[in-house]
Amino acid sequence: MEKYITAPVTSEKTKELQAGDYVYLSGTIYVARDAAHKRMSEALGRGEELPFDIRDSTIYYMGPSPAREGRPIGSAGPTTATRMDKYAPALLDLGQKAMIGKGKRSRDVKDAIVRNGAVYFAAVGGAGALLSKCIVKSEIVCYEDLGTEAVRRLEVRDFPVIVVIDSGGRDLYETAVREYCLI
Amino acid sequence: MIRNVNTQIIADAVKEMCIDTNYYLSEDMREAMRKSADGEKSELGRKILGQLLDNLKIAGEEMIPICQDTGMAVIFLEIGQDIHLEGMAVEEAVNEGVRAGYRDGYLRKSVVGDPLLRDNTKDNTPAVVHYSIVPGNKITITMAPKGFGSENMSRIFMLKPADGVDGVKDAVLTAVRDAGPNACPPMVIGVGIGGTFEKCAILAKKALARPVNERSEFSHIRQLEEELLESVNRLGIGPGGLGGTTTALAVNINTYPTHIAGLPVAVNICCHVNRHMIREL
Repeated sequence: MEKYITAPVTSEKTKELQAGDYVYLSGTIYVARDAAHKRMSEALGRGEELPFDIRDSTIYYMGPSPAREGRPIGSAGPTTATRMDKYAPALLDLGQKAMIGKGKRSRDVKDAIVRNGAVYFAAVGGAGALLSKCIVKSEIVCYEDLGTEAVRRLEVRDFPVIVVIDSGGRDLYETAVREYCLI
Repeated sequence: MIRNVNTQIIADAVKEMCIDTNYYLSEDMREAMRKSADGEKSELGRKILGQLLDNLKIAGEEMIPICQDTGMAVIFLEIGQDIHLEGMAVEEAVNEGVRAGYRDGYLRKSVVGDPLLRDNTKDNTPAVVHYSIVPGNKITITMAPKGFGSENMSRIFMLKPADGVDGVKDAVLTAVRDAGPNACPPMVIGVGIGGTFEKCAILAKKALARPVNERSEFSHIRQLEEELLESVNRLGIGPGGLGGTTTALAVNINTYPTHIAGLPVAVNICCHVNRHMIREL
């Protein structure tokens, strides 16, 4: 089913989403990948605040290519979410509601999704040029020294994603593949 | 007849090839993707393949890299033995080309200088260079920037001779099944069979740089390539890993003699952005 939603993605909104839904997302989302997650995790360990308001936030696992002059961002497709599995449950428990990436998630992440009424979206991997057209604004929030791995705030318009793990814990990667598996 | 070559021409070629491979996918790959979109059984799968074709069009027309992971630069450098090289060291020339290409081409800098300390080198160097000395007086550069979503899902299996061809098939299917959505399917699967531990990995990498519409010159390997492609596409992983009949676009196998006690198999997985380009200097 096709749906249009606007960030912040609250638990009222995630409740309406089911694995397999094709969603066009608009609004403000954050970008963080491996190195930024490590730093945020270390900051939490020291009892410090996170660099942005985590409640009802959406984090896009992505590291863009450099923007050409006059453009908000370069190529901007998803990176493999599996590598963030170590950090995601703690952030979900603090109120993060949505993740955008690609690839399988661990049992711990699925449990945290259900526990917190969150959602895991996949964007199409390797479609970075196409996806960049849905990003209207990009600014660095912190960790600028990490280059492409800095934390960014994005404004997106009708950014296409697919619900892979919904708030009930259903996983499209498992169900859809079974439908076409012949061996 | 000895030919004198200044290594600056290697740097210049590498720079251009870094940029070209990241904005324009080769025709063999484009053709394979168009064909797969026609044959895909899943509706969502067809939609994703359509987006990937649109993505290629946008990349070339608007000069946005096909994928934000513009890769670690992998280069096969064949140098004719009748060449005398002058100027900066060959490896320095290659890295000079990578540095300039990734800077001027607005490509992502994805390389960390030490695998444990992990500070970004900020210019995407160093490249991974595989050299070979060949007859003649030409230089052949194969450029294949490699993204790590799929690289991370690649595997080496040190099989026993008794495992035979069935063991090879199992190894490939296991690697692809485990890779699933993480490797950005539809994939291209490079397989190396034989040699030693490191040789089979290089064979697999080189297999990815072979055009996907060219089959092996050996009939039994050609048959294995075709059979494995069919099997992989029965796994159901599909475009984006969201179910379907297009899990891979090609299985390319390269082989080499091996030891009486071994059957090494390397499976180097690449996503649909299988960038490769060859230039002769």
